Amino acid sequence: MSQAKKFILTLEEVNKSFEGFKAISNLTFYMDDGELRVIIGPNGAGKSSMMDLITGRTKPDSGKIEFGFDTDLTKLNEAEITRLGIGRKFQTPSVYNEHTVFENVWLSLEGSRSVWTTLFSRVTPERRERIYQVLKTVALDGKADWKAGALSHGQKQWLEIGMLLALNPKLLLVDEPAAGMTDEETHKTGELLLSLEGKHSIVVIEHDMTFVRQIARKVTVLHQGTVLCEGTVDEVQNSEKVMEVYLGRKKKH
Amino acid sequence: MRKPTNFELWFVGAAAVLLLVILPGLNLTPPGTLLHVSDFTINLYGKYLCYGIVAISVDLLWGYTGLLSLGQCLFFALGGYMMGMYLMRMIGDLGQYHQPIPDFLVFLGWSKLPAFWQPFSSFAFAMLMVIVLPALVAMGFGFLAFRSRIKGVYFSILTQALTYAGCLLFFRNDMLMGGNNGFTDFKFMCGYDLRQPAVQRGLYICTVLLLLGTYGVCKWLTNSKFGKVQCAIRDSENRVLFSGYATAHFKLFVFVLAAIIAGLAGALYVPQVGIINPSEMATDKSLEAIVWVSVGGRGTLIGPVIGAFAVNAMKSWATRAYPDLWLIFLGSTFILVTLFMPRGIVGLPAQLGGLKKRWLNRKPVDVDPAVTPKEAELAKPNPK
Repeated sequence: MSQAKKFILTLEEVNKSFEGFKAISNLTFYMDDGELRVIIGPNGAGKSSMMDLITGRTKPDSGKIEFGFDTDLTKLNEAEITRLGIGRKFQTPSVYNEHTVFENVWLSLEGSRSVWTTLFSRVTPERRERIYQVLKTVALDGKADWKAGALSHGQKQWLEIGMLLALNPKLLLVDEPAAGMTDEETHKTGELLLSLEGKHSIVVIEHDMTFVRQIARKVTVLHQGTVLCEGTVDEVQNSEKVMEVYLGRKKKH
Repeated sequence: MRKPTNFELWFVGAAAVLLLVILPGLNLTPPGTLLHVSDFTINLYGKYLCYGIVAISVDLLWGYTGLLSLGQCLFFALGGYMMGMYLMRMIGDLGQYHQPIPDFLVFLGWSKLPAFWQPFSSFAFAMLMVIVLPALVAMGFGFLAFRSRIKGVYFSILTQALTYAGCLLFFRNDMLMGGNNGFTDFKFMCGYDLRQPAVQRGLYICTVLLLLGTYGVCKWLTNSKFGKVQCAIRDSENRVLFSGYATAHFKLFVFVLAAIIAGLAGALYVPQVGIINPSEMATDKSLEAIVWVSVGGRGTLIGPVIGAFAVNAMKSWATRAYPDLWLIFLGSTFILVTLFMPRGIVGLPAQLGGLKKRWLNRKPVDVDPAVTPKEAELAKPNPK
């Protein structure tokens, strides 16, 4: 790959095993700036492990993980990686249930994260405006004063996406955003992600193929911790290799 | 954010007037008058208030940050010991051996003061150490624990082990800290005779002021963005970490602050009860503090103080009335509160309000709205 092209995320020959189980093996993955990429793969394919490696939750046994041109992510911890501009949404919605929707976004707003600044930080009018802007994007501006714990499952998922947007990350990692949502909510989530395309680079992990069809430009299929194939939804769905993995067909078919 | 904020302000204001003005005022009335508050009561309340301050520090960790520390009394005792060292120096040569050094050192065969005891003749230095020593211990332990991401029950066990280790260390005579007898028989503090009721009253007032100050600082802290981060760590630490906050720094800050608060409480406790020994560090003392907080109401700032008063008042009564059953009382209180009053005494009005609402709303559900009670009565089959 030529250096002239700017990748937002580079993983090269990454390996990681947990007590002998090879979760990630020789994984090589590139992503363009501003791209919306969908990652699919059967259970245990290493999708979440890959997220863990990118966000610093686990360290690779070997290989290169770089953000932007030359920021080595393997030497940083979760908080540092987040501050670089990589936001991660977990599979199960994790919001602060005891805080209001407004406060949830306030805590996620980009800016200093040191103990001292949080001691004396106040909500300025500009910040308030920015928070409402984020809440509007995820259609929660009418519920700013609600406790996050009182939101529905789908609304919590959106709130968490809103919290990521408040970080203003360069790269968004979204793990199964449509899990547990109704069809209508799923569709709205898809529209939300599409509206963010271009402004942020986005990686979406998903199982729901209708949802994948709705949002996908380029799909990466993971299998046994490595990239099986890459391409458009149609290419991937018609790929022999993919069918074999998902449906267990013999190679000779 | 919480609903009873106005009530809380009103309550704190009333409690401040009662504790700061009315009780000391009634203490000044001649004994025998109606409403006279005895020196004993003032002294007892001073002790309870110290416990209340410790309870706030426990709640700051447990209720607000989700760190169940079972070693808070270590910091309380360390603060107490630092004050104790100063008070021991103030005894001068009035001890049993009439030597210029504390009696226990004479007993251990020392003829002059060990080097580390020297600066404790200064009140200012002792007060500095009251803050610095607990803070340093908390910083060292907290740094290692939070950096290694020790959480939940493992953190609780380690804090318990830490206070037990402290207890064993202070039991040793060669620590030169009084061994298992600790320090006692204090006489003077800043030139005042500790045996005078007026001096005890002054210490009591200092304790009320420290409690109010602690409340104010914690109120401010928990309402700031820092406080929001604290609760966020309690509710979803991963989310906080993945929002770019180094949670370890936040936890360390709270842990050290709580240690300083407990240390200050210990420093005021010692001249009021007149003794400090390693049993103050024993693990059961810290566990009692947990019970105070859960009885009073976790995650509030007035709850722990109310809990400390309530449980200790019960202790004072039970240890006299049923000395053998006190621990049974304590244990069952904890179990009952955990099961039936999860929000403690402070949460009781809201809990009862909720029950009342359910009770009032219970009828319309199973009664056909078109049928009035009278019609229902008429529709009943005749019992005869």
